[in-house]
Amino acid sequence: MQETKWTKRRRVRGYMKEVERRNRLQMRAYVIRKRNERGQDHDFLSTMKNPDNVVEFDNLKTYFFTDSGTVKAVDGVTFSVPRGKTVGVVGESGCGKSVTSLSLMRLLQEPAGQIVEGEIRYNNGTRTVDIARTPEDQMQTIRGNEIAMIFQEPMTSLNPVFTIGYQVDEAIALHNPDMDKAAVRIRSVEMLKMVGIARPEGIYRAYPHELSGGMRQRVMIAMALACDPKLIVADEPTTALDVTVQAQILDLMRHLKNQISASIMLITHDLGVVAEMADEVVVMYAGRIVEKGTAVDIFHNPLHPYTVGLLRSKPSVNRLTERLYSIPGQVPNPIDMPDYCYFKPRCERSIAKCDGEYPPMIRVSETHEVACWLHEKEGTPHA
Amino acid sequence: MPENLVEVRNLVKHFPIRSGVLQRVSGQVRAVDGVSFDIPKGSTMGLVGESGCGKTTIGRTILRLVESTAGSVRFEGEDLFAIPRSRLRVMRPRMQMIFQDPYSSLSPRMPVGEIIGEAVREHGIVPPGEYRKYLAEVMESCGLQKQHVDRYPHEFSGGQRQRICIARALALKPRFIVADEPVSALDVSIQAQIINLLKDLQSEFALTYLFISHDLSVVEHISDTVGVMYLGSMVEMGNKKTIFEKPLHPYTKALFSAVPVPDPLVRMDRVILEGDIPSPAHPPPGCKFHTRCPNRMEICSREVPETIRYADGHEVACHLYSKEGP
Repeated sequence: MQETKWTKRRRVRGYMKEVERRNRLQMRAYVIRKRNERGQDHDFLSTMKNPDNVVEFDNLKTYFFTDSGTVKAVDGVTFSVPRGKTVGVVGESGCGKSVTSLSLMRLLQEPAGQIVEGEIRYNNGTRTVDIARTPEDQMQTIRGNEIAMIFQEPMTSLNPVFTIGYQVDEAIALHNPDMDKAAVRIRSVEMLKMVGIARPEGIYRAYPHELSGGMRQRVMIAMALACDPKLIVADEPTTALDVTVQAQILDLMRHLKNQISASIMLITHDLGVVAEMADEVVVMYAGRIVEKGTAVDIFHNPLHPYTVGLLRSKPSVNRLTERLYSIPGQVPNPIDMPDYCYFKPRCERSIAKCDGEYPPMIRVSETHEVACWLHEKEGTPHA
Repeated sequence: MPENLVEVRNLVKHFPIRSGVLQRVSGQVRAVDGVSFDIPKGSTMGLVGESGCGKTTIGRTILRLVESTAGSVRFEGEDLFAIPRSRLRVMRPRMQMIFQDPYSSLSPRMPVGEIIGEAVREHGIVPPGEYRKYLAEVMESCGLQKQHVDRYPHEFSGGQRQRICIARALALKPRFIVADEPVSALDVSIQAQIINLLKDLQSEFALTYLFISHDLSVVEHISDTVGVMYLGSMVEMGNKKTIFEKPLHPYTKALFSAVPVPDPLVRMDRVILEGDIPSPAHPPPGCKFHTRCPNRMEICSREVPETIRYADGHEVACHLYSKEGP
């Protein structure tokens, strides 16, 4: 029988229902498994591969089970943040860079978002835990205390009905229950001073709407640093700011990093910011890492066609070109990713092998790795 | 000397601040405070500055989307602020605007064909018989597929939506387009596609652009002349080459040096400005920039600097420079 408009509609709807049902079941399975684990004192301790790292992501997979299909937001990401270093994670919107950081903080939108596989090993100097399996009560001693986060929107991350002082105090008091009120207050003012706020006493009593964007971001940084974190996760810290204010904030972050000897995981789409701040760079595309290396590796010897395209498509001051290079096409739909390299449909240098399986990370030098078949001969593949 | 398509003279736009029960006017936000510039036919003028400096307000007052407080704008020789509404209606198709956010500037309930074509029908740009064909032509020249004419905006990505916005502006056969941050909401790889599209359309249809952006590298790429704004005033203006190679005003220098360079081995000597941009409701006396200026002098807080114009068209408003030359 030939398919009419109505039978087609019925078939599509049936398929959608099936996808929805399957995803709901999967999601429920993860929730139940977590609930069962909660009762027992299961083993969430782990050991680092390299004790000099603060965080090691090992084959992290974070999926979102939605009614229209499973979104593989992060699909097998492996990288580490060494102690005292700044690691930049770059990529376009939807590449999974924010989900990677939210997985590290365990702030995923549950139950739809789940870490389905892999480990996030975090080392605080005395013990190593696997954040993916850490119970919630343990997580609260880590989150905000040992790993702090600076969010993108300083406008929406502060509560408009409380004073700045109250909000900074709260962060400090929560993580230091033995401090009394006066000590907390002194510490808050000290923090505000440290981030370069000219009259900290006045700002302490001010409400968020009285401050400019740059000042609010300084307050956010003060809150993040208040508990002497080992790692600062900065998710697009300067995207909402003007360039002159961005320069102030980046200068401040660089200065503070040396002062408190923390590591920074900097998530951004701005290649200029990464070049300026990061020691190591991770380039992500559609939930996977396509290239990683030191900043010099990535900016002076980019290997993956996506990295090359990204660098060429950005106009830069005092380097004139008649026409900008642009990567053709768009980022693929995160549901139904192909089996072959995700970048292949947009790649101008694809070869026969690109139709095969997804390329592994190929090590081309001591520090530089790339997931592309073009560089297979230059290096050694490894997991 | 090419003919000027747009001539702006002493444009002023103040927004009243109302307060109290009676909503009495208690102050003025000086969004645009006496700005003059010309845009020659077929060229692109870039307008840069930080948020709140009045660059968007300039774009909107020129098109009479908001009424100006004082000044004049001549478009193809006609004074836009003096003509009656009926004449303005005839003029409107010739000057179009592309907005920053392609998500909120498209009606979610209208199919793409209607978004692009509504004004075409309203203004009678093409005879009714050729309407469908014209629509398809416009969509194709903006890189959209003509079979998408019945789709709704939510089915498109950010870059595609911006193409729809461009098609909507282009469909009226304009001569002048105000592009207000057209690529700021887009990813880097999509940004490049849209910038290239704007450049292609400019050479194909001989368009004139006023390109407003806070991204200096984009402005440098697309513009012929560049104006730098600070707190409602134009502090420096000139052709792209002279401005970017030899900036004169301390604010321009600071702005340019603040742009991060995508090269880890280059370390710029950066001029980091202190503090924030002052409120446009209470701009500082004298030179508006003197509160943050690294080279401020005693005169700066007393007198407003005059705009000095050099032979090569470079204009700067700063006490550091005299008429003889920089």
